[in-house]
Amino acid sequence: MRPLTDEETKTMFEKLSKYIGENIKLLVDRPDGTYCFRLHNDRVYYVSEKILKLATNVTRDKLVSLGTCFGKFTKTQKFRLHVTALDYLAPYAKYKVWVKPGAEQSFLYGNHVLKSGLGRITENTAQYQGVIVYSMADVPLGFGVAAKSTQECRKLDPMQIVVFHQADVGEYIRHEETLI
Amino acid sequence: MGRKLDPLRKAPRGPGRKARKQPGAENELSKILSDDSESKRLSSHSRKRAAKRRHIEEQKAKPSRPEAKQNGNAQAAQKGKKKLSGFSDDNAEWLQPVKKARKDEEDDEEMEEDASDQVEESGDEKEIGNLEEDGEESEDDEPTGGLELSDSDDLRDDYGASSEDDDDGGDDDLLPIEKAAEKQKKKSKGKKGAEDEADIQLNVDVDEHFTLPTADELENQSSAPLDLTTVQERIKDIVGVLQDFVKRGGQHSRQEYLTVLRRDLATYYSYGDYMIKMLSDLFPVSELVDFLESCEVQRPVTIRTNTLKTRRRDLAQALINRGVNLDPLGKWSKTGLVIYDSSVPVGATPEYLAGHYMLQGASSLLPVIALAPQENERVLDMCCAPGGKTSYMAQLMKNTGVVVANDMNAERLHSVVGNLHRLGVSNCIICNYDGRQMPKVFEGFDRVLLDAPCSGTGIISKDPAVKTNKDLQDIQRCSHIQKELILSAIDCLDAQSTSGGFLVYCTCSITVEENECVVDYALKKRNVKLVPTGLDFGKEGFVRFQERRFHQSLRLTRRFYPHTHNMDGFFIAKFRKFSNSIPTNKEVTEETGDHPTKQNDAEKKEAGQKEVSPKPAAQGQKKGQKTLPTKPGQKTPLTKPGQKTTPTKAGQKTPPTKAGQKTPPTKAGRKTPPTKPGQSTPKTKEQKSLKHKKKQKMLQKKQKLLIKKKKEKKKNK
Repeated sequence: MRPLTDEETKTMFEKLSKYIGENIKLLVDRPDGTYCFRLHNDRVYYVSEKILKLATNVTRDKLVSLGTCFGKFTKTQKFRLHVTALDYLAPYAKYKVWVKPGAEQSFLYGNHVLKSGLGRITENTAQYQGVIVYSMADVPLGFGVAAKSTQECRKLDPMQIVVFHQADVGEYIRHEETLI
Repeated sequence: MGRKLDPLRKAPRGPGRKARKQPGAENELSKILSDDSESKRLSSHSRKRAAKRRHIEEQKAKPSRPEAKQNGNAQAAQKGKKKLSGFSDDNAEWLQPVKKARKDEEDDEEMEEDASDQVEESGDEKEIGNLEEDGEESEDDEPTGGLELSDSDDLRDDYGASSEDDDDGGDDDLLPIEKAAEKQKKKSKGKKGAEDEADIQLNVDVDEHFTLPTADELENQSSAPLDLTTVQERIKDIVGVLQDFVKRGGQHSRQEYLTVLRRDLATYYSYGDYMIKMLSDLFPVSELVDFLESCEVQRPVTIRTNTLKTRRRDLAQALINRGVNLDPLGKWSKTGLVIYDSSVPVGATPEYLAGHYMLQGASSLLPVIALAPQENERVLDMCCAPGGKTSYMAQLMKNTGVVVANDMNAERLHSVVGNLHRLGVSNCIICNYDGRQMPKVFEGFDRVLLDAPCSGTGIISKDPAVKTNKDLQDIQRCSHIQKELILSAIDCLDAQSTSGGFLVYCTCSITVEENECVVDYALKKRNVKLVPTGLDFGKEGFVRFQERRFHQSLRLTRRFYPHTHNMDGFFIAKFRKFSNSIPTNKEVTEETGDHPTKQNDAEKKEAGQKEVSPKPAAQGQKKGQKTLPTKPGQKTPLTKPGQKTTPTKAGQKTPPTKAGQKTPPTKAGRKTPPTKPGQSTPKTKEQKSLKHKKKQKMLQKKQKLLIKKKKEKKKNK
């Protein structure tokens, strides 16, 4: 377990900013204590200082997880967000997409969101903008990338993709073994 | 179409073409009808009328067949009775013994081969004696009268039906065959009445006639193909006999009955010999059958609302909209819901994936409620997989403080990681130590939950393999590990914690070896004492069991059974650690009795904070509901592979773990710096520990003195 290097911090924050923009500040400066990012087994954990201190007791091979896992660095040093970060992305999300109840299930099975399943979308979403996917009951289901801008979405035909799937909460069941 | 609706053409009333009776139905019908009238309670008028009618009959009968009653005395007695026979509440009782006697007689006729029925024979002798000796004691010898009049039934009959028989009968002008038929009819009628009577008397008679099969018979049966219905019958009979053992009839000992019963139960419910023996030691006979029966049924599926993300009402509404039929769990839980049936898989709804609830047995909520973790505390869950209890703890702490979740099985930790992240728990450290090594890594916890690995005898309905694959050695192995774990759990605790110092020990097993024995062992080995669990239901733990005697405070532990509480079999004990020092053997006996007064304030707090409402629960759970198969992620109780243990005998004492021995009496130096606001200042702690040291020194001195004195005495002798 170690703090992130500058380069790692940069790649990670770049990725995060695609979803929550400048709200990253709120993640780092929290009123209820200092929180920090730590790297362990290539995974990035977001954890309070207090818990971190206690976790230093645990040897590296015995520590499985602490705080919340945000994602992992691939072998090529790219950062990949995990669905476990959703709890922190959803409240600060800038661009959102709501899916219809019928399309919920399909998204939770790892499929892209089609125009027919699109319930609502934030105004002036740009193309390839990171978006959080919600159900119509405002339950966050996952996140992805907008395939088309809001304007283009209006005149798409129903079977075309609106949001590319990146992660969804179905992975808690589908990929339980590889989550961490 | 219109024709059919013609109002003039009414359908003919009365018995139609298809209402034709089968030949011979009249006989049956008359029987039934007469029975009906028999069972019907007559109105006061009809009773009077019947009495009058009977009176007339009697007078008719007197001249017509005086030879019927040879014994004049008996006749007189009968007369006396008839005067009484207005069928009022006063003489309602005397009808009963007559019927009974009647039944006895019949039984004798039928079952003469049953030589062992001494009771009845003696009864008959009495009756005969009565006949011969005392004629005039009219009231007392009802059985005689009833017996004697086996033909004409007058006494015990109902007044309507049989009087008709007699009216048109006249008896003399009937053919012999008809007479025989009539006799038989009456007999069967009487029998029926007797049967009703027997029902009322709670089948006492049935029990009386049950005889234990001999060893040969049993052997024969075991070689023959298995007949479950006879086995079940026999189980029922034996249980009946054992409940009222004095009336068993026959001279078999209780042990003989029990061996047959055990054998039958083992075959009927397919248990191993050891398990049946263990269970029958644990429960009285009737309860044993209930327990086994309820182990065949799945417990209701229950879920726990994740209050970190949603409220129970919202969740219930969302699930109802998905077609789930649910109810609140009980008054003792504010977050639990019972699911009766569901059109969607409950373990895969979008709400589940979004972490709004956790599938969790009702019984596994209890240890956490008993532990009652507070905000900003440091809590340890020693055997956490699959993370249900851990997440509940974090939920009660509102994601503050620290929860350390440990499990020694790395593969099972995957599910813990998944569940904790799904439920949005962010104050957790998940690590993969052997529980016995924990005191080396962490200490100074405010609360520790030890859900020890166990044999799983409480959750047979989840894992029926337990029925056969557990034996004494497995239980002892579990017990051994548990003893090691409980000591290391206690060593992790900090007795000086202002708000805590509590350990909850629980298992999903119901054996005494894994529960009371372990708790008793911990009481002896460490400075801990039992405190009330804060759960208002559940049965008290055993204070004594067979040859074992435990500490009196074991009453404070709680046991839960599937047949009484409709949740998995479970055991919960709550300790409070009152000193960080590890007692040597001699100190133990002195210190268990009197406890320092320090902990009182914390306990009072505890009592005030009870999350549990003080009413008995489990009433919310309905019996016989449909249950869904439980989801994966629930507990599977297995001893973990890779744990090096040597099987030891139950009574054997294992030495305290090395880690425990090494720790100095006060841990102030080794502790990681406390981060909690509002904790007592380190100065006071040091003072306390100093005081404690002094106390110990004093005690040691005293002991040395005592030993010296003893030696001197010996020398003198």
